[in-house]
Amino acid sequence: MKSFIAFIKKEFYHIFRDRRTILILLVMPAVQIILFGFAITTEVKNTNIAIYDPSNDAVTTRMVEQLEASDYFTVNQLLTNSAQINEVFRTGAASLVIVFGSDFGNNLYRTGEAVIQIISDGTDPNQAQMLTNYATAILSSFQTTLSSSSSSSVTATSSSSTSSAASYQIVPEIHMLYNPQQKSAFNFVPGVMGMVLMLICAMMSSIAIVREREMGTMEVLLTSPIKPIYIILAKAVPYFSLSVLNLTTILLLSVYVLGVPIAGNLWALIGVSLIFILLSLSLGLLISTFVDTQMAAMLASGMLLMMPVMLLSGMMFPIESMPPILQYVSACVPARWYVEAVKKLMIQGVELTFVVKEIVILSLITLGLLFISLKKFKNRLC
Amino acid sequence: MLKYLLEKEFKQLRRNPFMLRIIVAMPIMMMLVFPYAANQEIKGVRVSVVDNDRSTLSERLSRKIDASTYLAVTGYYPTYSDALHTIESHQADVIVEVENEFEKNLITSGVGRVMISANSVNGTKGSLASSYLNSVVSDYSSELQSERGLESVAIDLQKATPSFRIIPNYKFNPHLEYRIFMVPALMVMLLTMLTGFLPALNIVSEKEKGTIEQINVTPVGKISFVVAKLIPYWIIGFAVLSFCMLLALLVHGLHPAGSLLTIYLFATLYILVVSGMGLIVSNYSSTMQQAMFVMYFVIMILLLMSGLFTPINSMPEWAKWVAKFNPLSYFIQVMRMVYLKGSSFSNLLPHFFILSLFAIALNGWAVWSYKKSQ
Repeated sequence: MKSFIAFIKKEFYHIFRDRRTILILLVMPAVQIILFGFAITTEVKNTNIAIYDPSNDAVTTRMVEQLEASDYFTVNQLLTNSAQINEVFRTGAASLVIVFGSDFGNNLYRTGEAVIQIISDGTDPNQAQMLTNYATAILSSFQTTLSSSSSSSVTATSSSSTSSAASYQIVPEIHMLYNPQQKSAFNFVPGVMGMVLMLICAMMSSIAIVREREMGTMEVLLTSPIKPIYIILAKAVPYFSLSVLNLTTILLLSVYVLGVPIAGNLWALIGVSLIFILLSLSLGLLISTFVDTQMAAMLASGMLLMMPVMLLSGMMFPIESMPPILQYVSACVPARWYVEAVKKLMIQGVELTFVVKEIVILSLITLGLLFISLKKFKNRLC
Repeated sequence: MLKYLLEKEFKQLRRNPFMLRIIVAMPIMMMLVFPYAANQEIKGVRVSVVDNDRSTLSERLSRKIDASTYLAVTGYYPTYSDALHTIESHQADVIVEVENEFEKNLITSGVGRVMISANSVNGTKGSLASSYLNSVVSDYSSELQSERGLESVAIDLQKATPSFRIIPNYKFNPHLEYRIFMVPALMVMLLTMLTGFLPALNIVSEKEKGTIEQINVTPVGKISFVVAKLIPYWIIGFAVLSFCMLLALLVHGLHPAGSLLTIYLFATLYILVVSGMGLIVSNYSSTMQQAMFVMYFVIMILLLMSGLFTPINSMPEWAKWVAKFNPLSYFIQVMRMVYLKGSSFSNLLPHFFILSLFAIALNGWAVWSYKKSQ
């Protein structure tokens, strides 16, 4: 036992005496959470728009004011001819152009055929749709105020009430569950947790084991009276405790800095995370038994772990939108199940019974990986 | 002198099978797998319906929802809490609850209520899904209006109350395909990773092997040494970019709307910027592991802050400033603009100047930080 503790101490010295490793282990998770939380958002805010208003009358001026007053848009250009519309998009000066029909005010009150075109830069489809939706909402609400103000005359009031009785209106009432302000952080935090834990446990621990072999110090360790299994355990302990530390930092940062609540049971969340940490550690162990150099370990974990986790775990890109083949591939990425479990437990706050599937899958993968890698490791020692 | 140095670099590259494999495999993966995976398109939204009314009109509404291209009804549930379970277990994305006596209210008072509850853990998905539903519902209500012979009344109403039509128009990408948006930017990501990582590892590997000592004792100047290191990556970059553009054309049917010349001109400049960055990192690192870690860290931050995945416009002020010092964000903008909007070189002059400044500053730094003496 005493020698085991000595081994653990040695591993901690290894980590703390390399400044760059510490940077990766402790600073990177915090930086990622802050970046993801604040900078990586898809929310629409102060987007530059241009206006082409050939009629330029009282009504259109008021509508432009309405658009300008919202948090979503900033009017940064008033175009004077329609040829400029293309130019605005080509230089990227605005992502939305609102085009009023000519003689708008007159048409509005006389013929009822006034037209507004909302031309958006469809290169980014999601942004284009969201911008168009917001602009449409602002303009339609203006339309309602217009019609209510014009019907305020005595006779019109009665007619408007009868007209609404016959008008078959369906009023949708929209609720945004779990994330009423649609903050992007709610979606990204679980993904970042998966990525950071994977990076630290799998990549760093595999590199640490391979380094001993590459430098030839593994020989020395193996000739010591301690059993080989304890050498590996001693390697795992520091990375395990660092992961727990990182988990705590991430949770604290996301709750107190990003304002992402832990809606569900904290202990269930910690439990699932511990399973995932174990899983990543055994994955690191497995990688270390396959490769011989640190370089290869780094590339293997970089290519085989980071990329799939970034792309296929559902942290940024919804899995449901992928073609079926990629959905099957993503089912083999352990981080996907973890991210899903965390989304359910942390953001949605569901009962533990809803994450049984994820927990079972994660535990099975962990057992499988541990079994294979321990077997492999023994073989190498013989 | 430069000629011999170049010969050495190319021989080293050619004799490293790993490099060659990466240069061929990465573009294929980037162009064939990534555009399908890196997809934030919201389609096939799964809808759970709670129909408290069970009338003809409410049933028609759910059929209309199912018929929409973006939406699919996956189940009917008797109560809201049953439907909520489907959201909690990720079997559905939205709940549509039709109020009790929906049909009766619609006919007598003219107003029927529908509740739409969207799972918005993913904010984009939640808001798009609910706006799809919103438009289905409003289509349905205008359909009902015209069916009940209210058309004449409606026109009368329009004359009485001022109204206008709003026509949305999506330029450059009328089918709103997310792939088309990502492909040009993914080329930039690939160029960054290849021409950034490889030079970063290059000088360091000479340091680790000790061969840099031999260079240091020759009359080779600092500038020609760095230039000889840069040129091979330049050529690799061009080859990879052309390969990517060919794949984009064959697989995604995507060709630049602007001129090829503009793309290559900017690529020339951009590769210089990124490989200069890689050389700086390698000058300051003493082992490959260090260089690798630092590049990981730097490239990760640059990628996230570049507008590749999320628009720069949505970022807070401080992050926009960070993005201003990020060469990636300029080249990604350029590629998207030339590829999709057909922007001309004169539209992109500011980008050109800024990238030139980056190239001069970073490569100057690379030459300066390479020290022949210890």
